[in-house]
Amino acid sequence: MPLRDISLDDIESLAVGAWVLGTGGGGSPYLGLLNMRALYKEGHRVQLLPASELADDDWVAAVSNMGAPLVGQERLTDSRTIARAVALMERHTGHTFRGIMALEIGGGNSIQPLMAAAHLKRPVIDSDMMGRAYPEAQMTSVAVGDLRPCPLTSVDVRGLESVVEKVPTWKWMERVSRKICVEYGSIASTCKAPRTGAEVKKWGIHGTTTKAIAIGQAVREAQRKHEDPVDAILKVEPGRVLFRGKVVDVERRATEGFLRGRTKFDGMDDDRGSTFEIAFQNEWIVAWRDGVPVAMSPDLICVLDSVAGEAVGTETIRYGQRVTVIALPPPPVFLSDKGLQHVGPRAFGYDIDFKSVFA
Amino acid sequence: MRRIGIDVGGTNTDAVLIEEGKVIRAVKAPTSEDVTTGILDSLRSLGATGVLKGKGIDGVMIGTTHFINAVVQRRHLTKVAALRLGMPASASLPPFCDWPEDLAALVRGGVWMVEGGHEYDGRPFMPLDEAAVTTAAQEMKAAGLKSIGISSIFSPLDPSHERRAAELAAKVMPDAVITCSSDLGRIGLLERENAGLLNAALADLARDTIAAFEQAIRDSGIDAPLFITQNDGTVAEASQARRLPVYSFASGATNSMRGAAYLSGLQDAMVIDVGGTTTDVGQLKHGFPREANSVVKVGGVRTLFRMPDLLSIGLGGGSHVALDPLKVGPLSVGYRLLKEGIAFGGKQLTTTDIAVAAGLLALGDKAKVAHLDAATCRKVFDEAARLAEEAIDRMKTEAGDVPLIAVGGGAFLIPNKLPGVSQVIHVEHGDCANAVGAAIAQVSGECDQIFKDLSRTEALSAAQGIANDRAVSAGAARATLKTIESEDMPLAYLPGNSVRVRVRVVGDVAGS
Repeated sequence: MPLRDISLDDIESLAVGAWVLGTGGGGSPYLGLLNMRALYKEGHRVQLLPASELADDDWVAAVSNMGAPLVGQERLTDSRTIARAVALMERHTGHTFRGIMALEIGGGNSIQPLMAAAHLKRPVIDSDMMGRAYPEAQMTSVAVGDLRPCPLTSVDVRGLESVVEKVPTWKWMERVSRKICVEYGSIASTCKAPRTGAEVKKWGIHGTTTKAIAIGQAVREAQRKHEDPVDAILKVEPGRVLFRGKVVDVERRATEGFLRGRTKFDGMDDDRGSTFEIAFQNEWIVAWRDGVPVAMSPDLICVLDSVAGEAVGTETIRYGQRVTVIALPPPPVFLSDKGLQHVGPRAFGYDIDFKSVFA
Repeated sequence: MRRIGIDVGGTNTDAVLIEEGKVIRAVKAPTSEDVTTGILDSLRSLGATGVLKGKGIDGVMIGTTHFINAVVQRRHLTKVAALRLGMPASASLPPFCDWPEDLAALVRGGVWMVEGGHEYDGRPFMPLDEAAVTTAAQEMKAAGLKSIGISSIFSPLDPSHERRAAELAAKVMPDAVITCSSDLGRIGLLERENAGLLNAALADLARDTIAAFEQAIRDSGIDAPLFITQNDGTVAEASQARRLPVYSFASGATNSMRGAAYLSGLQDAMVIDVGGTTTDVGQLKHGFPREANSVVKVGGVRTLFRMPDLLSIGLGGGSHVALDPLKVGPLSVGYRLLKEGIAFGGKQLTTTDIAVAAGLLALGDKAKVAHLDAATCRKVFDEAARLAEEAIDRMKTEAGDVPLIAVGGGAFLIPNKLPGVSQVIHVEHGDCANAVGAAIAQVSGECDQIFKDLSRTEALSAAQGIANDRAVSAGAARATLKTIESEDMPLAYLPGNSVRVRVRVVGDVAGS
């Protein structure tokens, strides 16, 4: 049975796990979860299909909401908007999509394909293109693979609709689609360049919806049993603890549709006496311990609530929070020279050679 | 400085008089159904020795769990009309969408969503649909609703649509109580709106409760202003507390921890507050309760409140005791202890009966509990100590032994030695720690404004200066001022380098 039903309990877990994989960004999945609860209550159901089941000439829609997470806290995601972006792409290209996949499994975008799938009655493909969350369009496996970046559809809840028909590179796609997004109010529902089944099978990062559900189940189970949820994550994922401490400063700047800034931490427990600092561009990008870089993209840097084990986002982290910072291994596609050009520290403006926590 | 602190709890109403930093007298009276009688009784008892005569009283500070209990117990809540400005955005997640069904059914008087709201950079998202607001108000009026909660997209950045909608609604419903979400704070539409709706649901209770407080103070012959303590350990004038009761939600717990710090002289310690029904365990850091990290739920509703991080267990002076098999709590006789406890002629064995039998408390009739031998008492105390120890261990943030301050009427249940605790401190007047915490509540100053063409550091320090000055003019001692909130939001759309900065400082009352 390749096609499997996703239960509402799975979606509850997905919301927790995807937030961990969001590495601080991607927006909290909570609002997506609320939409799914409402949809399931109305009788909608969603199914999950492994990419291996796709025919080479199937068409797959890749969806995400783009914009500043802060805006998503006010203009709450509406399940119908992402479905409209997919419908617009079908009208524009004439393709009929076999399934819908996530652009990024990290954060709220993990649930966008489920919302579109519920309205359009197609399965969700169990793969994404980041294995985490990233702020820009060229920071994907399909961009590393130099697959065609266009077209893209972009819609807004007020009824605004745009198609980016042709751009030469992913960087151009990022620039042009970002401008549209900023004009919409720094939030837009988008359907990315349609992918063939063959492309998804070759360049997709597979099994990530299942993985996010497993992480979420581990955290929720630990919470129920009053066990350490951070340990529970490390039991299902080969991660490492980087630091335990509390937030002592948060600096944020909203620039060109991104949230950039730095967070500083003072150590607690075994890390007492040390300081930690993480720079972010929507997501946690580079971490320094006592001034020395210790973790950086594409390694996943996850800041977790030390007690609840749930992820803490760059837009909501605040002074005094007690957190545990962990690293999770990155998708292998980003570890090649080409991959690092797209998502290594220099891609974010840090002149540091990539060194993995897991090397 | 002479202040009276009062804590109106579910079981007892405690009152203390503090003069020049010293507790002069502390008393307890049972809480009454009408609130006023309990406060009058405790004030009468406080003044019984004549301590209130002569010099004036600078303020009466009351802390109460009334508002949070109303939400948790789903009582005395007002039906609310929810008006959200922001269509067509957020339509699939209407107001009340993430409330527990039972609470929503009690509070949801109707939902109206109209066009309006702002963008993150200050541009309007949609023009405010004034005609739709007026129509909505007419429908609310026809439905007999009297309390309105208004929310608008990005209202913390620009509250003008909420304010305008409130004006329009007031024209149709001049007597309505209106809560604007921008008065409650921060970015996060759903959580801010939830706080506003809870606040609106407390409109009648806040009006009645604060009127009862004022009446009780007047009737007791005390001529002093009334202040209500708030979640963050500061006080608000009665009129502001009536308008924004949600800010006084968790003040009971905050007061008891601040009172424990004050009475013990310790700034960093664990605190265990043993009441009649429940025991709260928290941690003091620099004299303030450690705050909860995650989103705080009140009665099942997500909010952005900053609340003390507490663990509550069902252990207290009124806890039911079963001997075979041994079980202590979580059921409790609560305020009916003086009727239902065995030492008082009742039928239910409680922890207080055990303490009377063991000679720890001189209450009721010792002969009625003479059948409880020393070994039985020991077993029950050991079980209570085990429950306390487990709770303390869960709340500790560091390994190693820490001092523990035991307060509350049921503090006799906490032994002088506990594993993981370096020292158990029982303090004088510890059974009235929350009233002490209320009496020493602090004064705050806030600055929330837009600064132009300043660096982040300059803007923050300018805001800090303004907030400090405001706190000092409200009565705080400058040397004790401390920043408890500091938030800056860049406004990219406005010309120049504009940033909205919100700083809140608190300090001790000068001369206390």
